Amino acid sequence: MQVWTDVILITVVLTNLALTGLSSLGTCIRVMALQGVLLGLITIGVQREQLSLHVLVLVAGTVAIKGFVFPRLLKRAIREAAIRQEVEPFVGFASSLLIGSLALPFAIWLTGRLPHLDAGVSPLLVPTAFHAILIGLLLIVSRRKAVTQVLGYLALENGIFVFGVGLARQATFLVEMGILLDVFVAVFVMGIAIFHISREFDHIDTDQLSQLKE
Amino acid sequence: MRFIGLCQPVLALMLAPLLRGVINKVKALFAGRCGPSVFQPYRDLAKLLGKGAVYSGTTTLVFRLAPLVGLSAVVVALALLPIGSVQAMLAFPGDIILFAYVLGLMRFFTVLGALDTGSSFEGMGASREVQFSALVEPVLMLSMATLARHSGSISFSGIYSSITFGVWMQAGPTLAMVSAALLVVCLAENSRIPVDDPNTHLELTMIHEVMVLDYSGPDLAFILYAAALKLWVFGALLVGLCMPLRTGWAMMDIAAFLVGMLLLAIVIGVIESMMARLRLLRVPQMLVGAGAIAIIALVLVLR
Amino acid sequence: MTNICLLMTSVGLMVASGLIALLVSRWPRVASAMGCVGTVIGCGLGLVPSVRVLLGQPAEVLRLAWSMPLGDCVFVLDALASLFLVAIYSLCGLAAIYGAEYLQSYRQRRSLGPPWFFFNLLVGSMVVVVTAQNAVLFLIAWEIMSLASFFLVTFEHEDEGAWRAGWTYLVAAHLGTAFLLAMFILLGRASGSMDFASFGSMSQPVAHASLILVLAVVGFGTKAGFMPLHVWLPEAHPAAPSHVSAVMSGVMIKTGIYGLLRTLTFLGPPPAWWGLLLIGIGLVSGVLGVLFALAQHDLKRLLAYHSVENIGIIALGLGTGLLGLSLQSTPMAVLGFGGGLLHVLNHACFKGLLFLGAGAVLHGTGSRELDRMGGLLKRLPWTGWTFLVGAVAICGLPPLNGFVSELLIYLGALKGVRWATGSHLPLVVGVVVGLALIGGLASACFTKAFGAVFLGEPRSAQAAGSHECGGLMRLAMLVLAAGCAAIGLLGPFVIVAMAPAITVVAGMPSESIRATMAGPREILSAVVAASIVLLVLTGGLMVFRRWLLAGRDVSSTVTWDCGYARPTARMQYTASSFAQPLTWFFRVFLQTHTKLAPPVDFFPASASLVTHTDDVCREKFYRPMFRSVGWLLSRLRWLQHGRVQIYVLYIALTLLALLLWKLE
Repeated sequence: MQVWTDVILITVVLTNLALTGLSSLGTCIRVMALQGVLLGLITIGVQREQLSLHVLVLVAGTVAIKGFVFPRLLKRAIREAAIRQEVEPFVGFASSLLIGSLALPFAIWLTGRLPHLDAGVSPLLVPTAFHAILIGLLLIVSRRKAVTQVLGYLALENGIFVFGVGLARQATFLVEMGILLDVFVAVFVMGIAIFHISREFDHIDTDQLSQLKE
Repeated sequence: MRFIGLCQPVLALMLAPLLRGVINKVKALFAGRCGPSVFQPYRDLAKLLGKGAVYSGTTTLVFRLAPLVGLSAVVVALALLPIGSVQAMLAFPGDIILFAYVLGLMRFFTVLGALDTGSSFEGMGASREVQFSALVEPVLMLSMATLARHSGSISFSGIYSSITFGVWMQAGPTLAMVSAALLVVCLAENSRIPVDDPNTHLELTMIHEVMVLDYSGPDLAFILYAAALKLWVFGALLVGLCMPLRTGWAMMDIAAFLVGMLLLAIVIGVIESMMARLRLLRVPQMLVGAGAIAIIALVLVLR
Repeated sequence: MTNICLLMTSVGLMVASGLIALLVSRWPRVASAMGCVGTVIGCGLGLVPSVRVLLGQPAEVLRLAWSMPLGDCVFVLDALASLFLVAIYSLCGLAAIYGAEYLQSYRQRRSLGPPWFFFNLLVGSMVVVVTAQNAVLFLIAWEIMSLASFFLVTFEHEDEGAWRAGWTYLVAAHLGTAFLLAMFILLGRASGSMDFASFGSMSQPVAHASLILVLAVVGFGTKAGFMPLHVWLPEAHPAAPSHVSAVMSGVMIKTGIYGLLRTLTFLGPPPAWWGLLLIGIGLVSGVLGVLFALAQHDLKRLLAYHSVENIGIIALGLGTGLLGLSLQSTPMAVLGFGGGLLHVLNHACFKGLLFLGAGAVLHGTGSRELDRMGGLLKRLPWTGWTFLVGAVAICGLPPLNGFVSELLIYLGALKGVRWATGSHLPLVVGVVVGLALIGGLASACFTKAFGAVFLGEPRSAQAAGSHECGGLMRLAMLVLAAGCAAIGLLGPFVIVAMAPAITVVAGMPSESIRATMAGPREILSAVVAASIVLLVLTGGLMVFRRWLLAGRDVSSTVTWDCGYARPTARMQYTASSFAQPLTWFFRVFLQTHTKLAPPVDFFPASASLVTHTDDVCREKFYRPMFRSVGWLLSRLRWLQHGRVQIYVLYIALTLLALLLWKLE
């Protein structure tokens, strides 16, 4: 059984990599949706001993929001703002991919340094969480478009989610729901903001927002 | 020197062009055509061997040497490859390195042969070839280092005889990632879609085909044959990994291997029918992606 | 005693013949003959004892009855020294033969006495550097070596570029020596003597040893050309006459490696991070060295950057060896050190060959510009084919010698990948992946260099009218090419000769080293078998093709260019275009400047593209640093008045201050 949890976790790592290396926005959003579904599976894998209705409902909620609602919203934002379908990074795709793959050994090293983070389920759980967080940060820092930054925030949030799932099995769900709600609102607001920014300025290039400082 | 190890080179020398035939057949069927017979590559070779030759006045002996060095290098590489648990003809710790560098020698001379013609198109193809292969080489080494760490051996025969169904059940994700990286290596090294289109006839966009534009007659036959063998070589790397049937009976292992090669040819045919080739600028990105996957696999093994 | 006496005789002979050459400068032919013959005989004399010791004769010590300040004048001929001596003597002898012809073209403009004097002095001082057993003697020889090579670099002193190169080199060499001075003072204070023997016999805390190692890495690394201390190298090597470039790149920079190895023998068992430090330096030097080489347009500059790359490979080997020592893995240590040391020898062989080849190209065409060459293989067949051998060897491709040493380093690192744990792993894996990347990029670079210079059609009138060099130059190149092939095909025997040298460096008993070498020997025998199969197959196929084509129609025509009827030489792909995809891909490191004037309109009158890749370390680090140091020092200008009285006052004040400080 642990093998399958590991497989899912590794797939999450690979989706993270895909986010750093793919150049088409639409594909990135689809990958993000896949990651949402995978998170649901992880929750089931971790909680399989005490699989209650309560947990199942939460999993269904997570998958629904992360796997279907967010992607739909983002797609609509792209369509309505008529954004070009390319990612336009500051840091090139090849370098991002290399950084992304080297982030995994770093995450494993970090896990080893932190005390008592043994999640007991899989030794890969915490590194995967760190990896997602690092990739989220990378995406936020190195991408030009507002939509990709939203993707970065989502990856970051997914990392925190995995972290929470592994560490404290019940209590975090409350916290988790809170964060989920925050991100939901954030994505919603972003969507509206992107739409308005693009209507006002004819583009959503955050790089050019810096001109507003004067 | 083990005589059973002769199986790999002998089979390859006999069957490698068939691989090409199968790929072309699959592509034809996908396109709704009947397509040439799977034995067409053999007929092409026979016809080319029977012809005279035309050389460009610009070229030197380097140009004529290139196909010969290429063919002998790939034959040496074949002698290093095992089939399942059947040991290779020449097996020693570190044969991985000799394998990579012998194929490097083949590439070195192919590129020089292309530059020898002084044609701008062949120069362009050569330039792309060296760029992509410089990126492919580390991916191959990363994959091999992963397998070496996993199996505790640094020879092909040791590595491949240790891969069984049990190992796949236990370290499936790692092996799957290495296989994915090796598939990309295989496609890139053999100039297949999505890196290069072997069927295109536009000089500007080709890589391998454009490098050999000026060859004719027996030289072209050597080059086509060497290319078929190279596809076999990289295919064998991949099939040895993905076809983990190790019965201990040489015949069974070899049969399973041949079935695997056939499947691989079909898979390549399907990939080529379903995908378009990437823009040239995107190719390095894909190779780095394969490298990233290999790094993840290695990290998982080292953990 | 006979061995080391022969050695000293050879040094004396070379220096004496150099002096005579200087005295008879007025007759260039005589001076040239004197210098050349002296070096060749000296090298022949010296080669005998070096080879003897390398093959197992015991080490010898010579204590001269000269008393020097701070110690005795001691020389030792041990296995480590003799390994480097073999490289020095072989390459320098051949370079002298080559130089005798090469320098003739300068006869009208230049006196030939001084270059021969400095060349012989350089060779003699290198021999003293690797045999000296006293810090003062070592530093004196080291300084003579730097100065002699400085005067050789500035040989064409009316060229402003050569002057600038010379000054860069001189400053770098002395900054490096400053670190060495500090290192020897520390060692001397700890041991109470300046003799190497006393350094080796004392025990010291790890922190002290580590400080010494870091000083040695900086000081010797400047000479060896570790990135980012390499800045003098791509300037100085192209400026010198080609046979001197060959000697500087082939063996002089290796004295830095020698110094580092000798220092390691003083320091006792290494902690793991020393190995990791060297591996890190090796990776940076190797990968960036070959990348910068790819971006060059000047043949000799390209080769100079490849020296940085190969020094990186040597550092990878030594780092792997050190890591093996600290992990107490004998195979890893033996393979790492063995590969690194063998690469020292190999690099002397193929880099010497390549620089001599570049010199022949310069001699024949009068240019070093890659994009103006082409088609030289037909005009300079000897140079071309030997250059091809060197190119295949430097890319580490079988069946030549580069492959043997790289294979040993790979094997050492793969052993590490199998057994190492924890924080060592990333760098050990780095060695494997780095070597693969370096190999791929080096192939790209040398197909570019060989293709642009020797293949295709000539791109300029100079290239079209070029001529082959004479017998002496050919001889030197042929011998080196044969050396590349011989080491490649005799690998199993050559690595056994490394065993005594590894014993000196690693401090392990020679029996265990010999026992460990059985494995690599078998591997190399298998490689040799494969190489022979490769050669035989190629020959067989050639016969087969001849048989096939016999009696058939073999015709010659123009190159196919998409149906274009009259291709011209200017339509060929240039070296710069060939390398462009790779230089663009790695633009983060290279920061190539591009000046593009694109064609405009339907009938463009002119268009141009200029690309230039500066050394990033030089531009981004050293230049700002020296500028700010210069600015700081210019603040002190108020002290200068130009009046003698005030200067005397300064002296008096200083003396007074010292007196007070002492009397306190």
